[in-house]
Amino acid sequence: MPRREDIHRIMILGSGPIVIGQAAEFDYSGAQACKVLAEEGYEVILVNSNPATIMTDPEFATATYIEPLLPGPVAQIIARERPDALLPTLGGQTALNLAKALHEDGTLERYGVELIGADYEAIRRAEDRDLFRETMVAAGLRVPKSAIATSVEQALAVSDQIGLPAIVRPAFTLGGQGGGIARTREEYGRIVAGGIAASPIGQVLIEESVLGWGEFELEVMRDRNDNVVIVCSIENVDPMGVHTGDSVTVAPQQTLPDSVYQLLRDQAIAVIRAVGVETGGANVQFAVEPRSGEIVVIEMNPRVSRSSALASKATGFPIAKIAARLAVGYALEEISNDITRATPASFEPTIDYVVVKWPRFAFEKFEGVDAGLTTHMKSVGEAMAIGRTFAQAFLKAMRSRELDVTPALDIPLEELLGRLAQPGASRYDELLEALRRGATIEQLHERTSIDPWFLHELAAIAADPQAPFAGVRSFKSVDTCAAEFAATTPYHYSAWERPGPDGAARHEVIRGDRPCVVILGSGPNRIGQGIEFDYCCVHAAMTVRASGRDAVMINCNPETVSTDYDTSDRLYFEPLTLEDVLAVIELERPEGVIVQFGGQTPLRLAAGLVSAGVRLLGTSVDAIDAAEDRGRFGELLRRLGYQAPPYATAGTVEEALAAAGQVGFPLLVRPSYVLGGRAMEIVYSLEDLAGYLGRSNAHAQGREIYLDHFLENAIEVDVDALCDGTDVVIGGIMQHVEEAGIHSGDSACVLPPHSLGDEMLERIREQTRGIALELGVVGLINVQFAVVQARAAAELFVIEANPRASRTVPFVSKAVGLPLAKLACRLMLGESLASLELPSDPMSGGYVAVKEAVLPFNRFFGADSLLGPEMRSTGEVMGVARDFPTAFAKAQAAAGSALPQSGTVFVTVTDADKAAGAGLAAQLHDLGFRIVATSGTAAAIERMGVPVTTLRKVAEGSPHVVDAIAGGHVDLVINTPTGSGARSDGWEIRRAAVTRGIPCITTLSGGQAAARAIRAAREGQAAVISLQELHGGARPAGGRNAAPALPESAAAETEAKVVSALELKRGAA
Amino acid sequence: MSYVLLEDGARFDGEAVGAPGQATGEVVFNTAMSGYQESVTDPSYARQLITFTYPHIGNYGVSAAAMESDRIHARAAIMRDARNHAGHAGSQAGWLDWLRENEVPAISGVDTRALVRHIREAGSMRGGVFPADVGERDAAAAIVAEESMVGLDLAREVTAAAVVELATTARAQGPTIALIDTGVKSSITASLRARGARLQIHPCTTSAEAVMAGAPDALMLVNGPGDPAALGYLVAEVRKLVGSLPVFGICLGHQLLCRAVGLETYKLRFGHRGANHPVKDLRTGRIEITSQNHGFAVLGPGGERTIEGDRPVRWETDFGAAELTHLNLYDRTVEGLRLPDARASTVQYHPEAGPGPHDALHLFDEFIAAIGG
Ligand SMILES: Nc1ncnc2c1ncn2[C@@H]1O[C@H](COP(=O)(O)OP(=O)(O)O)[C@@H](O)[C@H]1O
Ligand SMILES: Nc1ncnc2c1ncn2[C@@H]1O[C@H](COP(=O)(O)OP(=O)(O)O)[C@@H](O)[C@H]1O
Ligand SMILES: [Mg+2]
Ligand SMILES: [Mg+2]
Repeated sequence: MPRREDIHRIMILGSGPIVIGQAAEFDYSGAQACKVLAEEGYEVILVNSNPATIMTDPEFATATYIEPLLPGPVAQIIARERPDALLPTLGGQTALNLAKALHEDGTLERYGVELIGADYEAIRRAEDRDLFRETMVAAGLRVPKSAIATSVEQALAVSDQIGLPAIVRPAFTLGGQGGGIARTREEYGRIVAGGIAASPIGQVLIEESVLGWGEFELEVMRDRNDNVVIVCSIENVDPMGVHTGDSVTVAPQQTLPDSVYQLLRDQAIAVIRAVGVETGGANVQFAVEPRSGEIVVIEMNPRVSRSSALASKATGFPIAKIAARLAVGYALEEISNDITRATPASFEPTIDYVVVKWPRFAFEKFEGVDAGLTTHMKSVGEAMAIGRTFAQAFLKAMRSRELDVTPALDIPLEELLGRLAQPGASRYDELLEALRRGATIEQLHERTSIDPWFLHELAAIAADPQAPFAGVRSFKSVDTCAAEFAATTPYHYSAWERPGPDGAARHEVIRGDRPCVVILGSGPNRIGQGIEFDYCCVHAAMTVRASGRDAVMINCNPETVSTDYDTSDRLYFEPLTLEDVLAVIELERPEGVIVQFGGQTPLRLAAGLVSAGVRLLGTSVDAIDAAEDRGRFGELLRRLGYQAPPYATAGTVEEALAAAGQVGFPLLVRPSYVLGGRAMEIVYSLEDLAGYLGRSNAHAQGREIYLDHFLENAIEVDVDALCDGTDVVIGGIMQHVEEAGIHSGDSACVLPPHSLGDEMLERIREQTRGIALELGVVGLINVQFAVVQARAAAELFVIEANPRASRTVPFVSKAVGLPLAKLACRLMLGESLASLELPSDPMSGGYVAVKEAVLPFNRFFGADSLLGPEMRSTGEVMGVARDFPTAFAKAQAAAGSALPQSGTVFVTVTDADKAAGAGLAAQLHDLGFRIVATSGTAAAIERMGVPVTTLRKVAEGSPHVVDAIAGGHVDLVINTPTGSGARSDGWEIRRAAVTRGIPCITTLSGGQAAARAIRAAREGQAAVISLQELHGGARPAGGRNAAPALPESAAAETEAKVVSALELKRGAA
Repeated sequence: MSYVLLEDGARFDGEAVGAPGQATGEVVFNTAMSGYQESVTDPSYARQLITFTYPHIGNYGVSAAAMESDRIHARAAIMRDARNHAGHAGSQAGWLDWLRENEVPAISGVDTRALVRHIREAGSMRGGVFPADVGERDAAAAIVAEESMVGLDLAREVTAAAVVELATTARAQGPTIALIDTGVKSSITASLRARGARLQIHPCTTSAEAVMAGAPDALMLVNGPGDPAALGYLVAEVRKLVGSLPVFGICLGHQLLCRAVGLETYKLRFGHRGANHPVKDLRTGRIEITSQNHGFAVLGPGGERTIEGDRPVRWETDFGAAELTHLNLYDRTVEGLRLPDARASTVQYHPEAGPGPHDALHLFDEFIAAIGG
């Protein structure tokens, strides 16, 4: 019985927005699963709130819902789509928890939906730490001792049996927040107290520490015949105590003798059987005591995970794809290994190279946070590298990180050694430096507990970083079998080997004679450059292939769809440095290279590529420079007669201070070389400016400082457009919810704009067109504007133009139903806009789409949750509805800060905002909320005759606002910072809100939107709608309970909403 | 500097990292990622040079516990990036130091993947590891001077000198098992003794009478080097024993038993050596990930090399029906069979692991149980 015939429609849950700990790997896994299930002839119902995913491209499912991953909306979807089964193991923790909830609230039973892959009991046994422990013990496996405490007294009572140091894990907190490692009795008391406070149920799990033990992960797969295979072993170079997601890891494991490794293998198999995952993949984590070889089980994830994505890329064994087939009834032996084709999937990959994964951190963006690495994950992305030796892989991974700030190592050796005792983001840079300065392996092992084998490797690297690259660069293949069988899958990496007899490198690449195009990926995810860019690269690959050329992908991010060997004709898993890229190009001899889709990473290489004689497709390097060079861009705007905020550039502090006056305060200052608004600040006076220049070494390395006049209370607008050099098509115009000054990546935006007016929209289109044509863009361009309501008319300012795919391309594409990246790629391959025959009405008939950013503050204790010109969000969600408020409410819910329907609102706003803030309070009062405020704001509110309770400021002593929030007496916080940037008072408030998981709105515009959203939500549950319905894409036949066609009224509205249709027509004209 | 030269003239350079001097023999490759010490001390590797496909070999040193016999049998180790790290707990010496002490040449820095791809295409062949100062002509001469594996009796070179008795290591006394030593791995004897067996280990030149004289409850045929076809004398003795005792055969032992009942063996193109081959038990449908090390295999019913379909096919032998019990899912070659009438069962792979997965250890329990019943 291979394929199950008793099920037809399968629901897949995605993992939602990119957050720390749940990133692109779930798009990779989910997209694979969707493809496979479609191939198998099943109808797939997909739910994921994240528009920047390949899996939510309409062609990947029968019905695609970009809706909040919450029981309510998903139950609605189940009710109208009536899936037979739910596959919950592909969307990370989010999907598992959601599936659990849907089982518990009876939804699954009510609609007869079967959980496949992992059933309810298995999920519980794996996710509930207590149940898991029992299960392990029952299976005869050892786990660390542990105890549960709900009070410090209790904790102290058990402290002797657990011992110190101890691991404290608060129950049910976001990402282990509030927990930690207690080394001393004092710390113990403090962390337990903090943990209990942080835990909504006031409970902590106290666990025996195995700090310093080796940490190992095994990726296991099991099929319905109870056959189990280990896909890959992964060793964490950082021992226990640093989250696997933050550790440098290596595959396969390096330091265990076969005898010990086989014990881990036996135990991993015992674990998956005990937990009862019937089919699919699981990740089992072990700690191994280096001397005694004693083994304890740490945890198991009964689903695909970050590690399984890594394991898939490391071995060529596509875990998610196979897990999906197993879930619908196949057995491992019935599935062929699509790399060798000849052999079945019921085997264990063996590799003849070394894989190193390196985390990418972004602490520089979160001033004042604890940047130490511990038991909860803090990295925002990762890079992987493959080499024939550990050193090759390690150094390749190291150069794949693309750090924005190079770690400062020019400190005394003693200090370096001191730092090493506490794991940090630049641990390995420090280790190498210490070794260069003569630190001994013993000294380093003492401080880091890192296995001496790795320290020896590092010592060799420190001694001669070039040695590992002796020989000639030879492109080898990933084949799952160490060359025992011929492989057909073109998945390559470069190794340095002795040349063949003819003196030439022994490449394994089979180039073929079709012309090819090289697409440069975006490297490790980081804040400001995330999955959106991988999405565009994948679309480029699809388009290149469709054009009859071979698509050649270069990227080093193991989480992504772009590094799935299925995505391109040839995949090179390589660092995105000029040298590494040129080596591939030399071998591939491409028609051209695409640098427009991978964000800044490929753009940085553009000039170098061109001077090396490489042909870039699309927008020229000169055009890119014309857009990025302030002088040239300013000149261009002047030529076109468009307005930009007054600005100046300065080389020194003196110049900056001098220039400030004539630019005019408030100022937006930043170093010239930044991205994602790095180190950007708004200053209101010369003192502020001097302070900023003092703090940030903005003018360091002779870099220039940019000073822009900061436009206050301006509406920010983002435009994505296509240009072929002669025509321009506006893809979408997005109106930001938060005012300019909040980074475009961090502010919510709405499409179509809801309050700009046709005249202004026309000006925006006009200027976008003008800029695109003047620059000579071929492909995509993103322009950011600010609209300022001057007394008489509204004024339009150009903030910046990026002649490349922007962060918003996936969102716009999903909202308007036009694959912008694909279209842009076709233009770059030589087609004209006119010839594309774009549909006349791309925009959702009468629908409004809202994008909301998701911020990682709950991960970074001590970070201020205040939004500003520096981007700090990790991901985004989309909400679609008939009207703005409902769409906004959906987006909020999807982003994890669902707006309350009733309760208490705490309002505290700056003097400038007092009047408007009071008005907002009045609205919320009418909605039945209880209003509390700080004295000043309260006074303003009272003046409007709205009942309000005054709370003490922090300064005025307890019980004050923060106590109220921490105590759970507040359901919504509205807090706008005082313009002067003196933020300390509000900081405490926002911090408390984030800790408690209460929505905290820091702009009045945001507050207004929230109020409207709450009102809309009152009027009843928002309807769910699939992308296929939204864009009138025909639903594949055979769908039972096909969703009802849109009501007449909707059709009517479609008529009314011709904005975007016109946009396109005008654009093309 | 040092180099690998193959019979067909293919050459791969590297650095000498083991004992000085040269080594010749059959060049084979092993795809396991750990267990290098177990492999080189496995007598089945006699007269062979092992190419390790995993680049770093020697990561955790060597230890007495990992010896599969009393010495190194492989002629040389061919590696991409060898390590001599002895820092690991439980390791008693560095891998390369140990190879040197035991006068085993080794070469590192070789593009082993290129070498393996060559063998995969051309089949395993004779070759050698030579110091740079040995010219290719002399090297080639030394290589052809090596007898080819086909028709080579190597069991004699590695068998026990005289009968050895080994007590059980378990509390409960189990059966007495006669084991004919064609180059037995200590993991096999250990697995049997741990299950209560008392072992009577006979040289491979023994006779059926000598074996029966010890009044054993069962017969164990084990792994070993070389061509089963060259062991006619032993096959004849085994033929006398089959039927009178329960028999369990592993690897070469499996091939010997099969020849003893009239089945044929042949040489595989480049053999099975590794720890990841899937083998299906046709009776239960269970798939085991197995430890493999063999260059020869048994022909299936009707003499074909590969078997389509997953049925436990039966075919006639001189001792009644043979039932195919195990199949290699990689290349569908015979991995094990049963002779119900003769109370004999055999597997081509290595249930004792050492190195490799433990998936098939249960076969020893079944053997012991079968003896009891
Ligand atoms: N008992 C322990 N002692 C020391 N470190 C631990 C212990 N348990 C977990 N850790 C560390 O914390 C990290 C996260 O713990 P884990 O149970 O894997 O939670 P998560 O679900 O976040 O992965 C692990 O990767 C490990 O490094
Ligand atoms: N002159 C300005 N007035 C008001 N806000 C501005 C101005 N310039 C930039 N900003 C704000 O700063 C954010 C980041 O600036 P931007 O130039 O887009 O940097 P990045 O290249 O990082 O996107 C913008 O999204 C906008 O909100
Ligand atoms: Mg974990
Ligand atoms: Mg911007």
